Amino acid sequence: MEQVRKDFPALHQTVNGRPLVYLDNAATAQKPEAVIEAIRSYYLNDNSNVHRGVHTLSQRATDAFEAARVKIAGFIGANSPREVIFTKGTTESINLVAYSFGGSLSAGDEILVSEMEHHSNIVPWQLACERTGAVLRVIPVLNEGELDWEAFLALLSKKTRLVAVTHVSNSLGTINPVREIISEAHQRGIPVLLDGAQALPHSTVNVSELDVDFYCFSSHKMFGPTGFGVLFGRERLLDAMPPYQGGGDMIEIVDFSGTTYNSLPHKFEAGTPHIAGAIGLAAALDYVNYVGFEFIENQEKDLLLYATQRLMSIDGVRIVGEAKQKAAVVSFLIGSSHPYDVGTILDKFGIAVRTGHHCTQPLMKRLGIPGTVRASFSFYNTRSEIDQLETAVRQAASMLQ
Amino acid sequence: MSQSDRIDQRAAVLLDEFAMFDDWVDRYQYVIDLGKELTAMDDAYRTDAFKIQGCQSQVWLQPCEEDGLVYFKADSDAQITKGLIAILLRILNHTPAREVAQSDLSFLDSLELKEHLSPTRKNGLDAMIRQIRLYAAAIEAKAIST
Repeated sequence: MEQVRKDFPALHQTVNGRPLVYLDNAATAQKPEAVIEAIRSYYLNDNSNVHRGVHTLSQRATDAFEAARVKIAGFIGANSPREVIFTKGTTESINLVAYSFGGSLSAGDEILVSEMEHHSNIVPWQLACERTGAVLRVIPVLNEGELDWEAFLALLSKKTRLVAVTHVSNSLGTINPVREIISEAHQRGIPVLLDGAQALPHSTVNVSELDVDFYCFSSHKMFGPTGFGVLFGRERLLDAMPPYQGGGDMIEIVDFSGTTYNSLPHKFEAGTPHIAGAIGLAAALDYVNYVGFEFIENQEKDLLLYATQRLMSIDGVRIVGEAKQKAAVVSFLIGSSHPYDVGTILDKFGIAVRTGHHCTQPLMKRLGIPGTVRASFSFYNTRSEIDQLETAVRQAASMLQ
Repeated sequence: MSQSDRIDQRAAVLLDEFAMFDDWVDRYQYVIDLGKELTAMDDAYRTDAFKIQGCQSQVWLQPCEEDGLVYFKADSDAQITKGLIAILLRILNHTPAREVAQSDLSFLDSLELKEHLSPTRKNGLDAMIRQIRLYAAAIEAKAIST
């Protein structure tokens, strides 16, 4: 454990005179030295533009960039690197599908999302609906933070063109039954998009085994750099979709009489890409493989149980989100105290948590709360850090109640 | 006593009070307690029109006027925020509108509280101050025109 923590330089600092306790991993994860070094080495030695240059540096950069794609494809179990589109992050991945796949929607068609979606899996679909006259349908969430399964089945119809749901809820940690969702949707010939931003850092995801049609995730929650992410798409679907943005790299021949487009994946990657982002994410995946999901899952399961138990032992603390299957996320409230006040006091203890609606305003409205305090764990967190969280929450409870 | 001295004096008293605390827990507890003493605002003002934009918590501000002096009632759903408003209002309430509109709130910097505030809180506090000044300026303009 100590060795793992040593790999993350940013964990070793004091905040407000106390050792940092970083429990905001669902917002962004810290970066291991190996990732920082890979990015540094790229800029020190190989920096140049990809795909176009004949010179040595450009070829080195292109090789590293495309090797990253192959590695990412392997990591998520894609059939081919052509199915791995590089984006700015989960948000852009979803926007790409909403724009490009969404362009084929007609008035009256339906897109199915859930009440627990992040705004980035709501607003792009609202925009697509505005453009096409399609209708957004919403799977309700039960009090414990699970999807209303009966309602989901009832909402699937001949008009449904896509089911777009989150794999793991960023606010509550709920792990959705994605295999069953995909199976039900596919039986009716409906493709499924999963927002995997909160899932991939916690457990193995294999898009082929899942048989999912689109899978979106961000590098920065996966211990890689910010501003980079991935859209996995089934090749058949991506081939049929029109380009998302126009520019360099995404074309085959440009002529004023008409332009033809590059093949996958480049068709969807206009302009100079985030080369260091791809290289950094590849290094992050190597690091995750080195630590291993067995260790990660065991560690996080222990942290989730321990944190839930410690927080529930405090008078007035209420856990928000009690799904049977949860990732290492604990959302909570202290009595009627505003999450913002709690977060401010926790920060004085050097504890980093997220407060507020977590970009899931419809979910907060459904649960009838202004927001939550969210502690989200990674494998490098410790029980001792949770003890410090407990101390701070007790202090906050005594000050605010 | 000039009016500006009046604001400065109130600020000095407040600074003295805060100087008595040597740790942040007591300082924050005092802010929270000040918030609890804030005069309740009229429910009719607890609407979006009187809500201050730019705060992570909800803040409502009700401008009032009496005998040529302005004062404010306010509320928030967050206790620390409410305490910060209470501090502002303790300094600025019952003061001529012109004075509030042009007030120098540099005392906030010496409160050793602002530096402990997160950027979002600083933005929220700035938004509150801006709104208080706007209301005061509007009241002053109305007084001149009538």
